Amino acid sequence: MTKRNLALVILGIVFLVFPLVVRSDYYQHLLILAFIWVLIGSSWNLLAGYTGQVSFGHAMFFGVGAYTAGIFVTKLGISAWWGMMFGGIVAMLIGLFVGWVCFRLRGPYFALATLAGGEIFRLIATNWESLTEGMVGILIIQTFRSKLPYYYLALLLAFACVYVMHLIMKSKWGYYFVSIREDQDAAESLGINTTLYKNVSLLASSFFTGMAGAFYMNYMAFIDPEVVFSLHYISIMAILVGIVGGVGTIMGPAVGAFVMVGVQETFRSAFFGLAPKWISQGHAMAFGLLVVFAIMFLANGIVGDWSKIKRYVFRIKPSTI
Amino acid sequence: MSALLELKNLVKAFGGLKAVNNVTFHVEEGEIFGLIGPNGSGKTTIFNSINNYFPITSGDVLYKGKSIKGLKTHKVCHLGIGRTFQVVKPLARMTVLENVTASAFCRVNTIGQAQKEALEVLEFTNLTGEKDKLAKSLPIGGRKRLEIARALATKPEFLLLDETAAGLNPSELDEAIELVKKIRDNGITILIIEHIMKVIMTISDRIHAINFGQTIGAGTPEEVANNEAVIKAYLGEEYAQS
Repeated sequence: MTKRNLALVILGIVFLVFPLVVRSDYYQHLLILAFIWVLIGSSWNLLAGYTGQVSFGHAMFFGVGAYTAGIFVTKLGISAWWGMMFGGIVAMLIGLFVGWVCFRLRGPYFALATLAGGEIFRLIATNWESLTEGMVGILIIQTFRSKLPYYYLALLLAFACVYVMHLIMKSKWGYYFVSIREDQDAAESLGINTTLYKNVSLLASSFFTGMAGAFYMNYMAFIDPEVVFSLHYISIMAILVGIVGGVGTIMGPAVGAFVMVGVQETFRSAFFGLAPKWISQGHAMAFGLLVVFAIMFLANGIVGDWSKIKRYVFRIKPSTI
Repeated sequence: MSALLELKNLVKAFGGLKAVNNVTFHVEEGEIFGLIGPNGSGKTTIFNSINNYFPITSGDVLYKGKSIKGLKTHKVCHLGIGRTFQVVKPLARMTVLENVTASAFCRVNTIGQAQKEALEVLEFTNLTGEKDKLAKSLPIGGRKRLEIARALATKPEFLLLDETAAGLNPSELDEAIELVKKIRDNGITILIIEHIMKVIMTISDRIHAINFGQTIGAGTPEEVANNEAVIKAYLGEEYAQS
């Protein structure tokens, strides 16, 4: 077994045992959030990091997934768990439309369209009250009172997602995605249908993000348009998770998810109650500083620049690595 | 021998400028066909018209007797027409092996097969020693060979080489000439654009010369070298008269 696989197995065991040892709902909740972000961050990374098509509107897919699950309960009277699959599928259909419109063009159109798309869906969800309950939001009854089932399901989803990303990147799709990112003209001349594969990447990405949204609905039991279609908390956060963890690496978004959820919670709770309350208002600035720091010193993110970090932390000379 | 590729009265206009104006030629199976002309005479535009980087204005492009006009670039590649770029386009942040593997997926679907074929192509193009380096770390000679390797990995029957010898030093030039001949010996027909006369004159079976998008001469390398219009285009009026 390689060192890397061993590390992954140990990590897996730690996560499996964690909630049995640390029985605090609070810490379990934070980890569940981090797992959800692993899902969103990895999906965003597949599209932006590997395929080079930067999305500023992943909230669109997340929110559509969440609302699909919610509407299943309020309108169809069936379990929100059905949303886990159908939320992903509906998000995929939205993705298909966006891709069909935008991927025939090159340049910043896709990024701009996703930015607008996220906002459009937020406004639709706010105003189409007969379907979405508008600003009142959708409230459902949680299936489980304990956090454990949610914890393990989120853990499973996060691991499955990262593993699927790993498989994709080792396949024809993965090679095609990276080729498109590196040079679209060259990719075309190598027989790669760039429009098709950009869409494939977008569909896979939107599916997992929609699924994450549906899980969020099931877990939090409450959504409103300002939360799940938030540019700030979802779309931008997805980008931050990718950048901080490492764009274009498999483990990057997973690491970034934990870092970002940690930073977010530290500020939300005003340094766990140790700092004055007004500090919590500063989280947007902290995110900004973190990105500036990441771009200046760790342009490839924590995972992408891991050897650089090791060098600084353990003071090893480059030649010995 | 039969015509593999035929250009019929090809015209490509960018606005009022006719970059390619009524060019007709055909390339026969198994030959090395040279395309020459001074800078800006429309050579690369002809390549871009063949694999449809942009729609042509009028005329037709026939491959194996069938029109490929308007066919998407990636489909042209699947038909068996590979190409390299004059301004090399390495997939910079991928290794040399990954570059070639990505293009080998054109014909196979599993990673194992794609990698196996990529390694064969790398051996053929003498890049095996570089396989784990990032494409962006290669010097220009290596990048030119990588262009060829990538095109070969798509298993073409017909290869468009765009100035693969430009920017190479003399010993690399000889290697490039050998490589092109080796590719032809493997049964691949070649259409090559080249400025360096040493290269084009030694390897071409036939040459077609253009200037300002129009044909100015065609024939064997000797015929073209002695063609007055060609000399005029390259060296100026006085030389042609003397």
